[in-house]
Amino acid sequence: MMPRWLRWAILALVMIFLIGPFFVIAAAALHGGETLAFPPKDLTLKWVWKVFEVESFRASFGLSILLAIGGTALALVLGVPAAYALDRFRPKGSEAIRLMVTAPIIVPGIIVGLALLRYLVIPVDLPMIAALFVAHTALLIPYAVRVVSASLANLRVDIEEAAVLLGCSRIGAFVRVTLPNIKSGIFAAFILGFVTSFNQVPISLFLAGPGVSTLPIDMLWFMEFTYDPSVAALSALLALMSMAVVLVAERLLGFSRYV
Amino acid sequence: MSDPRYLALDNLTLAYGGSVAVQDLSLTVKQGELIALLGPSGCGKTTTMRAIAGLMPVAGGTVTLAGRDLTHLAPNKRGIGLVFQSYALFPHLSVEDNVAFGLKLKGVPAAERAARVKNALARVDLAHLADRLPKALSGGQQQRVALARSIVVEPGLLLLDEPLSNLDARLRLEMRSELARLQRELGITMIYVTHDQAEALALADRIVVMRAGKIEQQGTPEEIYERPVSSFVARFMGFENCFALEEHKLVGAGGVLPAPAGASSAGLAWRPRGVQLGSGPHQGEVLGASYQGQSVEYLIQSAAGPIKAEADSSAPRHAVGATVAFDLPLSSAAPLTSVD
Repeated sequence: MMPRWLRWAILALVMIFLIGPFFVIAAAALHGGETLAFPPKDLTLKWVWKVFEVESFRASFGLSILLAIGGTALALVLGVPAAYALDRFRPKGSEAIRLMVTAPIIVPGIIVGLALLRYLVIPVDLPMIAALFVAHTALLIPYAVRVVSASLANLRVDIEEAAVLLGCSRIGAFVRVTLPNIKSGIFAAFILGFVTSFNQVPISLFLAGPGVSTLPIDMLWFMEFTYDPSVAALSALLALMSMAVVLVAERLLGFSRYV
Repeated sequence: MSDPRYLALDNLTLAYGGSVAVQDLSLTVKQGELIALLGPSGCGKTTTMRAIAGLMPVAGGTVTLAGRDLTHLAPNKRGIGLVFQSYALFPHLSVEDNVAFGLKLKGVPAAERAARVKNALARVDLAHLADRLPKALSGGQQQRVALARSIVVEPGLLLLDEPLSNLDARLRLEMRSELARLQRELGITMIYVTHDQAEALALADRIVVMRAGKIEQQGTPEEIYERPVSSFVARFMGFENCFALEEHKLVGAGGVLPAPAGASSAGLAWRPRGVQLGSGPHQGEVLGASYQGQSVEYLIQSAAGPIKAEADSSAPRHAVGATVAFDLPLSSAAPLTSVD
């Protein structure tokens, strides 16, 4: 048994390692000078305001939100029926299908990005936005299937039969009985998908081009030319946004049960 | 007049994939009758019930209800209620909304709906819990909600799948009499699936004993309990000593005993109560004795194998290891037409 102080020290080190960078960045955003610096001197909020004035940030933020919402929604439209079919009908090879559906989580994003660029975008001359949309949707399907599967597994199959015997059609039973009971799972999958898509870098890196870029990629490009604290300010804002989303989700439906 | 062929199953055959679960089963049910489908698990009773409800495709034969052919009709168009073993309540709806579910689908106007829901909940004594969610209810209460949800739509037939098996013993008795009362009051035709013979005996107008996808015997509870036709039904009804009858000998697992004079059936069966202890033509060693309060149960090693006998606890006791005389009188035996 290690002494009490040592346990606390280890815990403190882990916490500093995990969330320390956030505080460093947040503090750097308040620096009054023209370059990134820590610890900050001459505290100011002007870099925070500058974030909202950079034209490309506004455009890429818009695209990122669009991809995150649209990609997650499409992933759910495809993923919920897939999860339902895998759980209820247990088709032949359903374990293999489940594995394949979840495989994209394991494949490094950088490979997926390169493959999509080389074998989809270039040969069919797919527009960048469409390519990003396809890539993000594909990336999010595993999350949708997994999270929705988990909440389906907790639901009894016979409630649908009960609904049918009371007069529902099969689809009516799904809509009236199954869907309301897995809606917090679907919402959790949405939040998880949104955050994953929004913070996605490696896949987007290959598929972004001039004028078409997601926010994280745009930040990388921005830093190549401008080394002022506005990037730190934007990072801090994004981190706060993600925290707020997850916090609200946790409050509303106990998000941590699903992920 | 009540229709004797209100529900008719004619030559019903049901299969899962390649394996036949129910073979060529025919059964008719009168309007207002309460039938118990009784049998061990795997005998096809639940499968038969699911086929009547339309949840299981029919491989052969027909199902008709009130003159209408249901064989290939979708389950939501049959007007048949089913109370599930697990209750299958909708977890996201209150008790009231669970019960109102079927009425809403039928488009019953709100005022009438509210009145009928209230009435159904009152019948099962749950009016005070109308706005609870199912998870806040006990097993017995959930069972009542499931019952109310099924009867409120006034189904032409109500199926009950082992409805009491998830309740404790005391509640089971209580719900049993409640079910009987409801059936009397509403006059609904019911098919009650169970593996518990006491439940079937207490509730049913008629018991249908099933075995391996076929009907083994059907009759009133008295007929089934007192005159089982086969050793399968006999054992189910407590005739624990079953023998085949061959050339005036009782053939048991361990050997033979002389048969009582005048016996002519394919087999004979006795309840432990029916074995007469202390006198008689046979002898056996007492292998075990267990005190049951009012009675004592003995296990006796006879020439035809172990025999179970029961005697009043006020009668003279027989010690383990002692040799005791006993009789298997024809008067207390059930004649069997098939033994296995």
